[in-house]
Amino acid sequence: MPDMRAPAPPSTIAATPVLAVSDLRTQFFTDSGVVRAVDGVSFTVGSGETLGIVGESGSGKSVTAQSLMRLLEEPARIVSGSILFQGRDVLAMSHAELRKLRGAGMAMVFQDPMTSLNPVLRIARQVVETMVAHGSFGEKEATERGVKLLGRMGITTPKRAINSYPHQFSGGMRQRVALAMGMSNEPALLIADEPTTALDVTIQAQILELLRELNRDFGTAIVLISHDLGVIAGLCSRVLVMYAGEIVEEGPAEAILSHPKHPYSWALVNAVPRLDREPVAGKKLTAIEGAPPDPLSVTRGCRFAPRCPFRIERCAEHPELLEIGIARKSRCWVTQAGVGLDTPAPAPSPLRDRAKPPQTLSREQRDQEIDPSPLLEVKGLVKHFALPKRGFLEPYRHVHAVDGVDLTVKRGETVGLVGESGCGKSTLARLILRIHRPDAGSILFEGNEIAQAAPAAIRPLRRRLQMVFQDPYASLNSRMTVAQILEEPLRFHGLATTSTECRERIAELLETVRLDPKSGARYPHEFSGGQRQRISIARALAVKPNFIVADEPISALDVNIQAQILNLLLGLQEELGLTYLFIAHDLSVVRHISDRVVVLYLGKVAEVAPAKDLFAAPLHPYTRYLISALPIPDASIERRRERLRLAGEPPSAVDPPSGCRFRTRCPLAERICAEIPPPLIEHGQGHFAACHFPGKF
Amino acid sequence: MPRYIASRLAVTAVMALLATLVIFLIANMVPGDPILAQLGDVAASNKAFVAEWRAKWGLDLPLWERYLVFLKGVLHGDLGISIASQRPVLEDIAQYAPATIELATVGFLLSLLIGVPLGMLAAIKRDSWVDHLARAVSLIGVSSPTFWLAFIMLALFYGGLQIAPGPGRLDPIAFSPPTVTGLFLIDSLLAGDVATFRDAATHLVLPSVVLAAATLGLITRTTRASMLDNLHQDYVRVARAKGLRERRIVNGHVLPNALIPIVTLGGLAYANLLTGAVMTETVFSWPGLGRYTFRSAEALDFPAIMGITLVVALTYLVINLVIDLSYALLDPRVAR
Ligand SMILES: Nc1ncnc2c1ncn2[C@@H]1O[C@H](COP(=O)(O)OP(=O)(O)OP(=O)(O)O)[C@@H](O)[C@H]1O
Ligand code: SF4
Ligand code: SF4
Ligand SMILES: [Mg+2]
Repeated sequence: MPDMRAPAPPSTIAATPVLAVSDLRTQFFTDSGVVRAVDGVSFTVGSGETLGIVGESGSGKSVTAQSLMRLLEEPARIVSGSILFQGRDVLAMSHAELRKLRGAGMAMVFQDPMTSLNPVLRIARQVVETMVAHGSFGEKEATERGVKLLGRMGITTPKRAINSYPHQFSGGMRQRVALAMGMSNEPALLIADEPTTALDVTIQAQILELLRELNRDFGTAIVLISHDLGVIAGLCSRVLVMYAGEIVEEGPAEAILSHPKHPYSWALVNAVPRLDREPVAGKKLTAIEGAPPDPLSVTRGCRFAPRCPFRIERCAEHPELLEIGIARKSRCWVTQAGVGLDTPAPAPSPLRDRAKPPQTLSREQRDQEIDPSPLLEVKGLVKHFALPKRGFLEPYRHVHAVDGVDLTVKRGETVGLVGESGCGKSTLARLILRIHRPDAGSILFEGNEIAQAAPAAIRPLRRRLQMVFQDPYASLNSRMTVAQILEEPLRFHGLATTSTECRERIAELLETVRLDPKSGARYPHEFSGGQRQRISIARALAVKPNFIVADEPISALDVNIQAQILNLLLGLQEELGLTYLFIAHDLSVVRHISDRVVVLYLGKVAEVAPAKDLFAAPLHPYTRYLISALPIPDASIERRRERLRLAGEPPSAVDPPSGCRFRTRCPLAERICAEIPPPLIEHGQGHFAACHFPGKF
Repeated sequence: MPRYIASRLAVTAVMALLATLVIFLIANMVPGDPILAQLGDVAASNKAFVAEWRAKWGLDLPLWERYLVFLKGVLHGDLGISIASQRPVLEDIAQYAPATIELATVGFLLSLLIGVPLGMLAAIKRDSWVDHLARAVSLIGVSSPTFWLAFIMLALFYGGLQIAPGPGRLDPIAFSPPTVTGLFLIDSLLAGDVATFRDAATHLVLPSVVLAAATLGLITRTTRASMLDNLHQDYVRVARAKGLRERRIVNGHVLPNALIPIVTLGGLAYANLLTGAVMTETVFSWPGLGRYTFRSAEALDFPAIMGITLVVALTYLVINLVIDLSYALLDPRVAR
């Protein structure tokens, strides 16, 4: 990539750092004790440099970022350390000095674009005030400059945009506005805290590209915080890895991603399935056990020790962050002693290795053994939602959430369902489970037509058809113990009648999902996110279903926990012969777990293909863009990669485009695309695409 | 926006029509015969006399016809003749309303002008003495019964300390200013009569404080909660990260958002003050709608009751309309 600056050699960074942080400690004085959110963090950012900070949630990334601008409020306090911005001590600044710094020398962009703009003020006001407050421009000049900035940030009609209100924009557009605000005084340092996490993958790609350009064109140094290694790989020259409030590894992005020198980074790198690598046999990801330590009680030794597969005796002592190579530091006794981590770790064993079904049987062989008739057959499924009227006199408008979808799921296979947010994935899942009643179309489950069946007729089938939801926090009743949660479906379907039976089955279920069988008496809030998702899976398994619809079951989890859950799902499939419909927006996860993949765009199927074929030779232009937009956690690949950028945003599902729904963003679109909706046609073995010019792109 | 306004107006019109129907039905279904309540015992036992009275008041017509007559009257501003006072109801209401409007408005402004800043300060300086004061004010305001507060105030400031004037709108010996609006504060100023203005103002102090107490408590509490809600929103952190002054963040960013729920609350509170001042008006001998209502109810004066109820309903509808429209101004998400 011509636009990537080579990582600056460390010597020049040290000479003119924009930011030098040393031994920063930020603590929260809560009622239950002191949380050491940031615990002795030191790093520098060179002028024009791009620095990435990665780590799982709760590791202290955002608190570090907000400490840099002293944005934290009580009960958070920066208790020690120093922050030098262009040589000036931020921690010693008066409020007035601090104000002059914020938004001028140092600017920040936050994670959630939906909440970070003031909903009742015009964009103009919000963009202009930053410039006016710092006296860099008068009101009128600032407005003119605001229009230019919005244009520069990729907003196509900046004049109109500046007079709009935030709710008139999508998330991606709002993030562009936030970037315009951040860049308005041409800061020397831009801190971006998970700026793309709330966005769809194609929009994420656009925003990352924009950040790259800003770094190149304005020489703005960028600190990018993300939990996604791929995002970091594409933008940052240097990376800090944080764990439990400490930096555990530091080094050039390329080096860390290819040869991590701390077991935690090693685990992060290996936990994510990657588009550029074939899934390994058995598809097990490297997942380390356990969860991050309790922030209230930090252990004396290495903080990663309880989860570390490389642990040695010395790890009972707390290691320092030490130089272990050119520009590389690690906080680990093992790598400091010169031992590499490249050998696969000692088996990251699940609680108990269950007898695996004979691995000698290939997937094809297994397929032949089972009933060849499809388990689920969906034809022409339609669901429109009426929107609340905007006024008494207004007509009803409809969201075309699912608009004629065909889908077949064979016994024992995993079908992945991908698409951008709002494309109808969840609605489709709910239709199949008959949580919603479809407006039209048919759903054959095990040969039974359930599309319009009465609830009583579906009830016996419910047992065979279960769902796991995205949010493990919201989907479990917080007032019931885990045992009660699991007992409910057992009793309801008459699968266990006596309490002894129940107890036995519950213990068995908990064991199946690798939870302590004795944890039934606890309440959901006593479990971590990943454990809660295990409980939801156990609840789904309680009734011995053969089909599970999982709607983004891992999206709310950290990568390592994601890997744990994916492994669990794969293991259960082998053991119990389950069939999955797996919904996700993350393509690499979908490819990893699925036999076949369905790509949805605006309520219609764009492409269906065996996972391998879809990623090797996508036929629909949208699929190609999706694949290209996905960042790969390998800095050298990210830099060399030819980038396809899908412009624009998905149109509204209230008023979808005529003909092909993708035509408003498709570079191949011709007249026929506007006139005739492309039918879903088979172009290769099991490879369907709905495009008039398949594979031409 | 114009569509939004049109649709709000249409809703209000339909609701108003419904209100006339409901009011008519309720008033005509109350147990107790208004004629018998009006006539003396002797007259009431005379069948012919009673029938004549019924015919005179249209009580012999079928229900739906009576509704149409009523509705036609309403549309022409004719709310019927009060049985008790033998004057057009509208005239009665017009005579009593200004006293109530003056009292309610002063009380409302009082609670708004004290409650909003107090709530704001309490939220900004959380757990400081201002916050504690605000909490005390809202607790006392919300939990003191009106009649109790009214008596205490009168006993303390009029009876005991003698620093406040007694009941009534003016000194018993003073003359009302020439009527323009019926609001003494305004009419006296229009007449250039400063003495009367001062007299009217001092007479307003106690009743308006009593009337405002509950509203003040509610507004303070809601403002505080709404401010706290917004002070912790992401956009406030963003504004801080821009380097804005704290005062600008509060007034320019937080307040416009925090005001939105206060508009609803304030509007409804004002409607309540306008229509529900019976207790205060009675204790302070305030010649307002509350007392008129009370007297009409006692006498089962059904044209008057219907008229007042209609006025109350319309007050709520109009205030609701104003709330909806100001919503659209304050919150761009409401109407496009
Ligand atoms: N109950 C409902 N009432 C009205 N609109 C709805 C309802 N449920 C979904 N929608 C709309 O239907 C469309 C498809 O929604 P759906 O939840 O299926 O999308 P999704 O692909 O799962 O998105 P995400 O990835 O954000 O979860 C969206 O425009 C959504 O706003
Ligand atoms: S110090 Fe020990 S426990 Fe800590 S990361 Fe290194 S090997 Fe693992
Ligand atoms: S049908 Fe036309 S517009 Fe649609 S994806 Fe194919 S080429 Fe593009
Ligand atoms: Mg969804």
